[in-house]
Amino acid sequence: MDDCLLLDAGSGGRASQRLITQCFMRHFANPLLERMDDAALLTDLTGPLAMSTDSYTVTPLFFAGGSIGSLAVHGTVNDVAMLGARPRYLSCGFILEEGLSLETLERVVADMGAAAREAGVSIVTGDTKVVPRGACDKIFINTTGIGQVFASPAPSGHNARPGDAVLVSGAMGDHGLTVMGSREGLSFLTDVASDSAPLNHMIEDIINTVGEVHVLRDPTRGGLATTLNEIAEQSQVSIVLDEVSVPVHEAVRNGCSFLGMDPLYLANEGKCICIVPEAHAEAALAAMRRSPYGKEAARIGSVAEGKAQVALQTRIGGRRLLGMLEGAQLPRIC
Amino acid sequence: MQLETAFQNPQLCHSLLDRLNRALDDRSMRFMEVCGTHTVAIFQSGLRSLLPAAVTHLSGPGCPVCVTHDAEVAAFLDLAGRDRVIVATFGDLLRVPGPGGLTLKHAQAQGARVEIVYSPLDALALAAANPGDTVVFLGIGFETTAPTVAATLLTAQQRKLKNFCVLSLHKLVPPALRILLEDSQCGVEAFLLPGHVSTILGLEPYAFLARDFHVPGVVGGFQPADILLALCLMAEQMRDKAPAVVNAYPRAVDDTGNPRARALLEQFFQPADALWRGIGCIPQSGLALRPEYESMDAMKRLDLTLPDVPPLRGCRCGDVLKGRITPPQCPLFGKKCTPANPVGPCMVSTEGSCAAYFKYSER
Repeated sequence: MDDCLLLDAGSGGRASQRLITQCFMRHFANPLLERMDDAALLTDLTGPLAMSTDSYTVTPLFFAGGSIGSLAVHGTVNDVAMLGARPRYLSCGFILEEGLSLETLERVVADMGAAAREAGVSIVTGDTKVVPRGACDKIFINTTGIGQVFASPAPSGHNARPGDAVLVSGAMGDHGLTVMGSREGLSFLTDVASDSAPLNHMIEDIINTVGEVHVLRDPTRGGLATTLNEIAEQSQVSIVLDEVSVPVHEAVRNGCSFLGMDPLYLANEGKCICIVPEAHAEAALAAMRRSPYGKEAARIGSVAEGKAQVALQTRIGGRRLLGMLEGAQLPRIC
Repeated sequence: MQLETAFQNPQLCHSLLDRLNRALDDRSMRFMEVCGTHTVAIFQSGLRSLLPAAVTHLSGPGCPVCVTHDAEVAAFLDLAGRDRVIVATFGDLLRVPGPGGLTLKHAQAQGARVEIVYSPLDALALAAANPGDTVVFLGIGFETTAPTVAATLLTAQQRKLKNFCVLSLHKLVPPALRILLEDSQCGVEAFLLPGHVSTILGLEPYAFLARDFHVPGVVGGFQPADILLALCLMAEQMRDKAPAVVNAYPRAVDDTGNPRARALLEQFFQPADALWRGIGCIPQSGLALRPEYESMDAMKRLDLTLPDVPPLRGCRCGDVLKGRITPPQCPLFGKKCTPANPVGPCMVSTEGSCAAYFKYSER
């Protein structure tokens, strides 16, 4: 293989073939993909099905705890899993920038392959485009996932009920702060790593253990605060969080304190919010803690009747609104 | 950061609240903080919901973004549109609207080269990497930030970087406090003085508060217990009719401040009249580059002027900054003026008082 990607690799000719067989096939290997037909033939799915799509652009491509490749699998797998579904198949579309180092591409593809194997999903169809230098930033990836819903009824942001317990599967803000830190070269953020992880096995265990799960959401962009506001709005309930109970790693807390950012608004890529009837709270927490990705699971609040908003019971016993942000958080002047 | 948690201890906070209540003894107290970090800390910690009803919290002109005047924003937007100019700025200036609602974000979308930096020194790296362009650092902030800009100018000089300059729109805290107190309608009875700014200034520049105006001034830290302690000291001074300027944040602030930082500041800058949003021109309340550093002064080097801009109609940010009203008393608050569509400066920055009320108050 040449050292860097040429426009030819997206031409559909032999150069494209070589890229597919020497890179994608090698890391994604599965019988459905290897048939190389125009579409993948899926014969073992019966409804109801959950389907989700997401596009991934991240700078830098590699960061502590993951890469755009692992993220592109985990993000979509988790979105499908949040519907109480067992993710089975992924599609992936690459938009690659001419001149990209093939070694970089291969590392990303290898990360995707490894992430898919861990999650137990197959990447069964794909597409590659190569665009002229400057038309995209190195690698953009889109993945679409499909999975079979086994929860009945499927969890939804509309199902939070007054009296429910609000749980999270671990510490908040790791991914957002890590990516920001490595993008901006913030050398003092050394002890943080992305939490990017597949949650589908943990979700399956939670649902099998407690049965009745009202809401499952992964607090990605906008973080815990934004996702809880969306849930409060969808379900027309009030959510009260207990600040002390929300797990945040010390390195993240310190980094945020320095930058004037709030970990509750930072993205997570390997955590879920789980809202269950009070009676199931302990069992759901125990199920989370059985997973390697849920060791720090905690109960962080409750659902109450009232205005569709999120209130925070603060560390010192005060109370305030935990609202939605207008846009991205920006580091402050002093 | 165990220390931080210790100053958030609920029992400690409650005993300080008891002490505050005892000191108040049925009297009321209107205090003003003049630091965006205090504004946010008071809301974010939930402290505001715990304050005695007799205590009124006012947020003064303490957010550097909020007090940046429209005319100043117009000047840096003008810069951002120019060829071969890279604007280096702290992130929170990106959304500040100038006349006509335009921001650096809009300029960026139209192709202007605007780079967010975390330290003014990062702007030097930009200058070194782009020798064919002029890198302008937007010098916005109070006495805390300005010495780091002076240090950057010194480094630029030492490295002989010719393509770096600073648009100095820095502001000074003490002259603003004096203007507030000279206003006969000012309702401020005590000042919570800014912890960060005071690490540089020390106590002396605030001495006039107690001496000339009989108003207590307490330098406070940013954790709930720090702020409560400062409030206790204010209330006790008022009870004893013994106003003084004192330091309740000795773990960070030396009473004499940081003379080395001040010397560096004086080497490069001199006081100058400055425009404050919502207040207007305050004499000798800004910092301009000294004439001998003209080549690093963006104002002169790039021939910038501050245009005349009409005041915002209906906006009462000026009254908010002066402590005459609280944000919800402004007719535009939460209606025409929201963080998505800020009319006035106090809604723009996350550290502005209107933005804090909007973000943290339950509706």
